[in-house]
Amino acid sequence: MAEIATAAPVPAAPPSRLAKTLRALVAQPKVIWGGGFILFLLLLALAAPFIAPHDPLAQDLMAGTLPPVGFAEHDAAYLLGTDDLGRDVLSRLIYGTRIALTVAVIAAVLAALVGTILGLLAGYYGGIVDTVVSRLIEIWMAFPPVLLSILVVAIMGSGVTSVIAAIAIIDWTRFARVVRAETMAQAQADYVTAARTLGFGRLAILFREILPNVAPVLLALLTLEMGIAVIVEAILSFVGLSVSSDTPTWGGMIAQGRQIIYQAWWVFAAPLAALFATVLAFNQLGDGLRRALDPVMQR
Amino acid sequence: MTVPLLAVSHLNAVVGRAGNAPVLRDVSLTIARGEVHGLVGESGAGKSTIAKAILGILPHGIRITGGSIALEGEDLLTFDAVTLRQKLGPAVSLIPQDPQTALNPGRRIEAQLTDGLRLWKGMSAKDAHARALQLLEEVQMREPARVMRSFPHELSGGMRQRVLIAAAFALEPKLVIADEPTTALDVTVQKQILRLIRSMQERHGTGVVFVTHDLGVVAQICDRATLLYMGKVMEQGNVSDLLNKPRHAYTKALMEACPRYDQPGRGLAPVPEEVFAACRAEIAAFDQAGAGHG
Repeated sequence: MAEIATAAPVPAAPPSRLAKTLRALVAQPKVIWGGGFILFLLLLALAAPFIAPHDPLAQDLMAGTLPPVGFAEHDAAYLLGTDDLGRDVLSRLIYGTRIALTVAVIAAVLAALVGTILGLLAGYYGGIVDTVVSRLIEIWMAFPPVLLSILVVAIMGSGVTSVIAAIAIIDWTRFARVVRAETMAQAQADYVTAARTLGFGRLAILFREILPNVAPVLLALLTLEMGIAVIVEAILSFVGLSVSSDTPTWGGMIAQGRQIIYQAWWVFAAPLAALFATVLAFNQLGDGLRRALDPVMQR
Repeated sequence: MTVPLLAVSHLNAVVGRAGNAPVLRDVSLTIARGEVHGLVGESGAGKSTIAKAILGILPHGIRITGGSIALEGEDLLTFDAVTLRQKLGPAVSLIPQDPQTALNPGRRIEAQLTDGLRLWKGMSAKDAHARALQLLEEVQMREPARVMRSFPHELSGGMRQRVLIAAAFALEPKLVIADEPTTALDVTVQKQILRLIRSMQERHGTGVVFVTHDLGVVAQICDRATLLYMGKVMEQGNVSDLLNKPRHAYTKALMEACPRYDQPGRGLAPVPEEVFAACRAEIAAFDQAGAGHG
């Protein structure tokens, strides 16, 4: 429990808001390493052409299924080995972060946007609005998500856009459910009544009074959703519904590696490890953010 | 003959459909400018219902079936929701019961104090900030600048209640409704808060409806009081008369039930069953008479 630091509690000058928030963020080890890893991935994605040691698509059949460095018969030029077509696993992994992060961020934000708006309205207005949204959520959740995403991709055609659309269309219910419940709880509180007596309209109360109290949960959910989106993208790539095979993705690598798992396990293991670490990092970041930003949980 | 600040007359309300058991039975009361009026009664007596009816925030189940609530001669019950907020927003404010939940936990004190100022006075952020700071000083808050930047959970219960009082008086309202503002507080803090409400009220010339179940509090702060039982006015008048020369048996019994620190050995007598029976009989007779007329 080394992270329980007892810093001197007497600040010389009252810290500004930003400084206070930053300090709270830095005090969370989960934010540091979860966020650090995501930042590292972001850097990889942006600078992939400069960092990747090989062209991720260049085939070299003479150098097929070479094991990673450290194993027998490895080639030092291929740090994580090569697949059956002789493509560099490390380079493909690095290029794979591009699709993974793009999908994660955009899809999660879209799902959050749709889910939050519907959840806020359902939770605050109740009545017919709530009934409609709640039934919609139930119907949505009764539908198998993989089937739904295949449907979306089938209609829109394969590609990053349809993968993003599919994830947003499937996962808005996560946000809507949580936000609705949270909004209902907040709407009971006296401060909402106080705002009403002060003469604020319903929308003003919803967005100015209630939303800030839902925000910490929302933020945590958003980062969790990014982790989920990475997995869903991998699943869709795995079943061949994501981007075309000439763009390296982690899911596509896993699918390909599965076929040659007995000859070249590393083709399978490397993207799996990357996927695992990324999802873990997103989850940890989400938890850390929630702890750091929720004013009630702050000390 | 001047129009009273607030005149509630013959207010009737029921839970659910008309014809159900009433929660308010022909309640009438008037409040003059600058008067502190106590609404006293046990739980379920309808004191909070009256307060909420004035503010137009009755819960969905409760319906007003008759009577009027006039603020400076204008019947509030005839307004639609938007007009009502226009009228009430700057004129009537609320000091809520529980300072724990009455402040938004996710917003800083500054934001919550300046809301009303910016909405109704059209102040700039800077002016509103200055005014809010001034208000916090007026409610004797220590380190007002620091409090402004704080979140509610960083303040104690008494401090939060001071913030709420500052917010209630921020717009110079004509009427403040204090809904058991000291119930959730420690006894020592209670006294400070009562003094504070009284001094703010005197300085601003505000009328106050003070909802409480504590006759001791009424004696300390109120000019006049209305005593309710099961939604019916039992006795009404100046506090000194009410407490020294109670006419109604229920008031007398309540006085006997009040702990008396000045007279050890008196007080804390439970209200006798006959008194309750008499009260209930009075209410039954009233309901009968109402049914006969209506």
